[in-house]
Amino acid sequence: MASPAIILIGTFFLVPLIMTFWISLHNWPLLGKHRFIGLDNYQRALNDPAFGTALKFTLLYTLVITPILFVLGLGLAMLVRRKVRAAGVFQSIFFMPVCIGFAAGSFLWLYLGQSQIGPLFDLLRRAGIVDRDSNIFAGMWTALLMVIAMVTWKVVGLQMLLLLSGLQSIPDEVVEAARIDGAGRWQSFLHITLPLLRPTLALVLVFSVAGSLLAFDQFFIMTGGGPSNQTITAVYSIYRNSFISFKLGYGAALSVFLMAILAVVSAFQMLLLRNTDHH
Amino acid sequence: MTRYMKDVRSSMPHIAWWVVCVCLALVFLYPIYVMLGMALKGPAEQGLIPPTLFPNAPTLENFSRLASVQGLNVFGNVANSVVVTLAATVGTVLVATLAGYALARAKFPGSGILFFLILATFMIPFQAIITPLFMVLKTLGLNNSLLGLVIVYVTFNLPFGLFIMRNSFAAVPHTLEEAGQVDGCGIFGGLRHILLPIVLPGVITTALLTFFASWNEFFAALILITDQDKFTLPVTLTLVSSGQFGTVNWGSLQAGVALTIIPCIVIYVLLQRYYVSGMLSGALK
Repeated sequence: MASPAIILIGTFFLVPLIMTFWISLHNWPLLGKHRFIGLDNYQRALNDPAFGTALKFTLLYTLVITPILFVLGLGLAMLVRRKVRAAGVFQSIFFMPVCIGFAAGSFLWLYLGQSQIGPLFDLLRRAGIVDRDSNIFAGMWTALLMVIAMVTWKVVGLQMLLLLSGLQSIPDEVVEAARIDGAGRWQSFLHITLPLLRPTLALVLVFSVAGSLLAFDQFFIMTGGGPSNQTITAVYSIYRNSFISFKLGYGAALSVFLMAILAVVSAFQMLLLRNTDHH
Repeated sequence: MTRYMKDVRSSMPHIAWWVVCVCLALVFLYPIYVMLGMALKGPAEQGLIPPTLFPNAPTLENFSRLASVQGLNVFGNVANSVVVTLAATVGTVLVATLAGYALARAKFPGSGILFFLILATFMIPFQAIITPLFMVLKTLGLNNSLLGLVIVYVTFNLPFGLFIMRNSFAAVPHTLEEAGQVDGCGIFGGLRHILLPIVLPGVITTALLTFFASWNEFFAALILITDQDKFTLPVTLTLVSSGQFGTVNWGSLQAGVALTIIPCIVIYVLLQRYYVSGMLSGALK
């Protein structure tokens, strides 16, 4: 009964996975003959300033968005953690954008922030944050902030939900006991709630870190990698090498780098989760 | 007097809570409102600076114009999205249910390997192996084909589905199933009549997660499909946004976004109980 699953995962996951390593050792154009070149692609990747910039930008994006999502997610979770009917309604509203795709969300926010005609641009102009003639998507930082705003709107509900379930698994008595012992609201949060929330925290962090390291749709649609290729992410760079320049071998080598980074992140996650099991 | 003061003071946090929540709800709903408003604006109103808050004369023109953007057959693209999403959903549910049952009930040759593979697919996203995946599909003659896209979606939604289904089956007591077999149901009969009603929530969750993932998927569809006629909705939007003669028709673009988003929101509102619990169980396992 499991054979369809085994065949699918074998053919469309395992084979491509092994092939990635094999192709990465070749000069492999889309058409024409491929040629074995050993580790040349890896060497080239290490010296490729474009890929270096893409990796750095991906890390920057990940480092900026992760704490934002975490803090806002936790704030929302504390907010909707009430035993009233309305709390459930607000929870549903905050979670709603999660079911919207990154592509659709990006096209929506592309319009929102569009110079002059965009409603969000108009609000920012009225608030004196942007100039009448400026273009949010023409600057690296402003474009990045716009993407971050979109992603936060779209995914923070999921972080809220995960943190909420973590909060709810902490028995009320534990926190109450600390309060009776004289701990303040902030103290009991810092010393009781946060440590008990650790498994959920690890999970939430990995979700946002892994998701950000793989970012593509939002940058492809909202910035097109610009201005002057400053917002190209790692996956975007793999896409351009493999499917715009058709350097499949080189694209595969970049993929191996990306997998290595993700493996380190996953290992780190396992470590964090395992440590919490003993407590 | 003191009692009145006390009432005010104790209800203050309550009012503040409402104010904060309502404001946040407005922030979350604002983009969706803007999208709907823009999709309904007429051509003259779309370019107004500053933009209007309400569409003055709501019209469906943007939706009908969508059909003629760059000779694009948008309604064919909507059909592609519907077909691919439904096929991927049905496929994932079938394969995940069968394999989930096998994993929960019996040790079979390869069950250890399958389990390891599932863990691996969780850690290695398909973005990282898209280049060879494209080549495998090409070798099988499945590149630039909706069937190929369906197969890719089924494969990469399987791990979540398998986990959910395996856990659903594992929660059903053996004795119930044995009772069915004594009554002469056989394995498949038992699966259908006795187990399926119990694991139905798991099935709905798997279906919902696959539905949203396939309907919204952009990266694989962008790479694996090259024929404009075979595009799914999210990729079609890139054509609408690239515009005609250098000018983007923002109204049509938001109409396209509305076509993409509204089905998701409707299904979310109707079935959010399953979706939310699925997200949680999928993530926490």
